[in-house]
Amino acid sequence: MSGKEYRTITDVKGPLVFLEKTEPVAYGEIVQLRLTDGSMKNGQVLDTSDDMVVVQVFEGTAGVDLGTGVKFMGDVFKLPVSKDLIGRILDGAGRPRDGGPAIVAEGEADIIGAAINPYSRQSPHDFIQTGISAIDCCTTLVRGQKLPIFSASGLPHNDIALQIARQAKLKDSDEEFIVVFCAMGITAEEYNFFRSDLERTGALENAVLFVNLADDPAVERLITPRLALTAAEYLAFEHDYHVLVVYTDVTNYCDALRQIGAAREEVPGRRGYPGYMYTDLAMLYERAGLVKGKKGSITQFPILTMPGDDITHPIPDLSGYITEGQIVISRELHGSGIYPPINVLPSLSRLMGGCIGEKTTREDHKSVSDQMYAAYAQGRELRGLVAIVGEDALNERDKQLLDFSGLFEDKFLRQSRDEDRSIDETLDLCWDLMQNISTKYLVRLDQKWIDKYHPTEKK
Amino acid sequence: MSDENGVIYRISGPVVTATGIRSRMYEVVRVGHEGLMGEVIELHGDKSVIQVYEDTSGIRPGEPVVRTGQTLSVQLGPGLLTQIYDGIQRPLPVLEKTMGTFIERGVDADGLDLEKIWDFEATVSVGDELESGNVIGTVQETETIVHKVMLPPGTSGKVASIESGSFNVTQTVCTLDDGTEIQMMQKWPVRSPRPFKQKYAPDTPLVTGMRILDFLFPLAKGGAAGIPGPFGSGKTVTQQSLAKYSDAQIVVYIGCGERGNEMTEVLDEFPHLIDPNTGKPLMNRTVMIANTSNMPVAAREASVYTGITIAEYFRDMGYDVALMADSTSRWAEAMREISSRLEEMPGEEGYPAYLSSRLAEFYERAGRVETLEGEDGSVTVIGAVSPPGGDISEPVSQGTLRIVKVFWGLDAGLARQRHFPAINWLSSYSLYPQSLDQWFRDNIATDFPEIRTEISSLLQVEAELQEIVQLVGSDALPVDQQLTLEVARMIREFFLQQNGFHDVDAYSGLEQQYKMAKAILTFQDSAKKALAAGGQLEDVVNVPARTNLMRDRFEPGYLDRVDGLVDEMNKQIAAAAEEN
Repeated sequence: MSGKEYRTITDVKGPLVFLEKTEPVAYGEIVQLRLTDGSMKNGQVLDTSDDMVVVQVFEGTAGVDLGTGVKFMGDVFKLPVSKDLIGRILDGAGRPRDGGPAIVAEGEADIIGAAINPYSRQSPHDFIQTGISAIDCCTTLVRGQKLPIFSASGLPHNDIALQIARQAKLKDSDEEFIVVFCAMGITAEEYNFFRSDLERTGALENAVLFVNLADDPAVERLITPRLALTAAEYLAFEHDYHVLVVYTDVTNYCDALRQIGAAREEVPGRRGYPGYMYTDLAMLYERAGLVKGKKGSITQFPILTMPGDDITHPIPDLSGYITEGQIVISRELHGSGIYPPINVLPSLSRLMGGCIGEKTTREDHKSVSDQMYAAYAQGRELRGLVAIVGEDALNERDKQLLDFSGLFEDKFLRQSRDEDRSIDETLDLCWDLMQNISTKYLVRLDQKWIDKYHPTEKK
Repeated sequence: MSDENGVIYRISGPVVTATGIRSRMYEVVRVGHEGLMGEVIELHGDKSVIQVYEDTSGIRPGEPVVRTGQTLSVQLGPGLLTQIYDGIQRPLPVLEKTMGTFIERGVDADGLDLEKIWDFEATVSVGDELESGNVIGTVQETETIVHKVMLPPGTSGKVASIESGSFNVTQTVCTLDDGTEIQMMQKWPVRSPRPFKQKYAPDTPLVTGMRILDFLFPLAKGGAAGIPGPFGSGKTVTQQSLAKYSDAQIVVYIGCGERGNEMTEVLDEFPHLIDPNTGKPLMNRTVMIANTSNMPVAAREASVYTGITIAEYFRDMGYDVALMADSTSRWAEAMREISSRLEEMPGEEGYPAYLSSRLAEFYERAGRVETLEGEDGSVTVIGAVSPPGGDISEPVSQGTLRIVKVFWGLDAGLARQRHFPAINWLSSYSLYPQSLDQWFRDNIATDFPEIRTEISSLLQVEAELQEIVQLVGSDALPVDQQLTLEVARMIREFFLQQNGFHDVDAYSGLEQQYKMAKAILTFQDSAKKALAAGGQLEDVVNVPARTNLMRDRFEPGYLDRVDGLVDEMNKQIAAAAEEN
């Protein structure tokens, strides 16, 4: 099949090329285009029939004309995989970007990635300590989880992601993560920020970077995360590494998906995004986890910016239905100068329940986390009331809760960019702050923990 | 080219068009050299449009398409229970054995273990005149469940021979006088409801052990309920609690387009859970279907039909079956995805115009029926809905609400306050109390419905008072209204909130629910009396015995202690009034 070059293009529309009269072409097959000026482009088959083949061109269709030669490569997209990927920087289509040699492949892996049999999965239950109190205490991260950061433009999500990548470790273990970093349509400036930080801390040696920047072709972005996850799967399940995949920005990815949908004249779903966006995102997010009989794991940290800070926008909305929780960054907290500005109230870790407690973190963790959360939620609500009726109208309990909510933000949330708090430090800090509320209002704390841990009431 | 074999003409994602075969609608065909399983969903002249249940990458036009002559069917017989299937009834453990950790394609697997030997005990004798659906024998399928082997619908006649003994599911256990051989396994097309004699009105509640559900918004055995809610509001936890604790005899749990890790959690957890009703492992009564969000979309579409057909089969044995589908929105989205590939004219929000009729057909398969055998059996359907942005004005929620009689509305605000189950008591409803009240009066307490009305009107009053409190603060209210707020808070924190992960609190029997509700009203009465006698609200509300009454529900044996705790509370409240 390969070898034959067709010059039968009939239509070019956005990133799509339509051609006719080919021999049978496989769905998903990789395509090479030779432009009349001799330059090459790559693409993939999106629709195939006896009469017409639709090819999506990763580098965009600039320069393609009806005389462009199209060659079908006879296979679906595969990534050459090797342990040597570690420490390398590749572009959005998997070619070296760091000036280094080509990857010597130990094997090739289909980048679409088959679904993991749910029966073959292993439940994630190992606590990852990020050193960030808000996450460790309230939205605990678990090895094998997919926990996105829901952020918005102008907020320090990159700092948080980097701090997590730097500090993440299992409690009482020095085992390090391999970081697979995947950039989708971010600016060169953001990329340099990530890269220099990884270089500064020496983490680059233990990282694989796949980079598609804002001025790289948008369609290529649809491939980039699949390459990154394929590399992650290879390192995790063939070489027993614990892999942390950070990808940013999912919003750019979805916009590229929308672009293809529009070019194919598909019926659009909400806000013009294609109806299959849920399935498509699931095929990325679901490539996280642990499987029986393998030592490695994949933990995902996707970053997405919510257009207009709107959590009901289709991108955060569909993501939230697939991922195991979310960490929500708040503009309000950022505005009041708090780093990390994590709003714990809408944040959630679905896997937290199974991974905290006596054996993993500390016996009082669940109780403490519930109480901190409840007290902060009530305190925040009272701020609205105080704005109307004044602080004097509050009863004793409400006053204490109101004050607590301020302390929560100032002492508990706030920490510096290189402050790495252990889980014990975080929980002790919680007890310290809860002293400011009289114990009779701490209804979510078990009496036995008050007896054991309360700084002034313990027995 | 014969009518049986054709070739692929076009491939577009999960939709493949074939020419050269004369297929029937919904017939199963084998696509490509690898023989991928697909189903005919549209006919266009000589072209058949097929939805394929597996990934189509690498398939080319010109590859063969072969008819099977059958519609998408499931294998029914002993061996269903404790099994976990994908959307088209392939057992996941078998798939793991044949292809490893990742699900590859082109692999066939029987839904039932065809080799396994079961002890068949005949319950009819030679010469008995049988009609379709009649039970001919039994198999002890699991420790707790007796599987009844039935004549497949459409067969009847006089028993010519029948034998008890050890057989696998494909061996003949019985022959009829017309020569028909009956095996323990039968097949049934998933898109057709299984027959029954007649439908009855439901009159028995499905007891779930969740206080807010059983007490305020009860669901009947044979009814249908919808649980819409935004992400993070606890749909899955609620569904899982229902699967664990509801008093159905058989549970079919469909994980439709949901998270892999969550499915694994269920798989890990269920075998260790004990059924509170029988004391035996829950897995013994459970069939699971797991088609996670990244598994092929067409199989997701099929998974709800596979599930409900299995549910109906157990109903036909005279069992009460509960089916949980989590989430029906993913099923609807699968329909939308396929429909858009077919370039059908879209209805609302891109969903196909037939969305609401498909939803209705599905929920209509719930019901309490007289089986062909003359027994009483039921299928209760509980469907989770995941509305985008939590806005239930969207088509799937609306289509569901038009059909179901119970609406358990999950609320993101409550979830954020960590009030679980985060079911909104103001917007939720159940239309069953009328038909169930007699049962509650006969079996729990004669004033059960009245207590329920009192509790829900207190919650209603609270909502109105809260609006005032938001403006002026609670201290500005008269004392009796402050007490009402306190009572309502007790309803919320003591009664409605329930920890689904707590060993004891996760399940409350109806009697306990009734006593707890009654305890709240008793508190209200004694507090009112105490206030009238000059007691201070602060003192009355803060008697230690009330805190004990509330906290003690987390300890085993609470039901036996409630009355004592209530008496103690009353004493302390009365004493608090006298001190003044």
